[in-house]
Amino acid sequence: MSDAAPKHIRTPLSRVRGLGAAHSGTDHFWRQRLTAVANIPLTIAVIVIFIMLLGRNQAAVPQIVGSPVVAIIMALFVISVAAHMRIGMQVVIEDYVHDEITKLALVMANAFFCIAIALTSIYGILKLSFGL
Amino acid sequence: MAATRAPAARPLSPHWQIYRPTLTMTMSIVHRITGIGNYFGTLLLAWWLIAAASPSSYAKFEWFAGSIIGRIILFGYTWSVIHHMLGGIRHLIWDTGRGLGPGEREWLAAANLIGSIAITVLLWIFGLLAMGGPL
Repeated sequence: MSDAAPKHIRTPLSRVRGLGAAHSGTDHFWRQRLTAVANIPLTIAVIVIFIMLLGRNQAAVPQIVGSPVVAIIMALFVISVAAHMRIGMQVVIEDYVHDEITKLALVMANAFFCIAIALTSIYGILKLSFGL
Repeated sequence: MAATRAPAARPLSPHWQIYRPTLTMTMSIVHRITGIGNYFGTLLLAWWLIAAASPSSYAKFEWFAGSIIGRIILFGYTWSVIHHMLGGIRHLIWDTGRGLGPGEREWLAAANLIGSIAITVLLWIFGLLAMGGPL
């Protein structure tokens, strides 16, 4: 530490609490766990939905996936998965891409991809539900 | 004075290739690879959901899903999702501070791999039987 008097009287502990180098603290860590826990029952439910659809034709999909409970489960699955995979891919990018501009571009592209996948899937679910 | 000197050749920390591969290390790498696989697999999910509204676009998806390459991709996607999910449960157990002992982490890693393969194969046997045969 320098000899100069501190510019403010906040302690280092109060500054670091909930923050850290990324200024977002353990937010990514926490949201990765939150969506991971949500993904477990949702993935099992989606596998059950796929099993229900096995051997059926196209007409059965709006009937089953378009029903309220299944549509809501599918939408929750898509939202949780998209949030989870956005964080996960960002960690992968930050681990392996060291050029600053390339890294920023890939982190952005990752965000766009995850949001686009989520919105496309939810549009599909809503179309199956309401037959737009 | 402030002459630029070549940085001293300091020892680097060994790269992962130096180490003898272990099961837990391999499974850590596989967890990341399956995560990346699942990431791009969502393209299939989005395609399926968008295609399901009309018979003609659904026929295109069914053609792909029923082809040999489509079947291989879907089988791999199934395993990747199941494996990543079981691996995630393993990580959640570790987050509580449990399962990190030498014996525990080995059998958790083995259970992860054996479990994911077993569940995937059972799901596909059941699925193919429900669809009335392998083709």
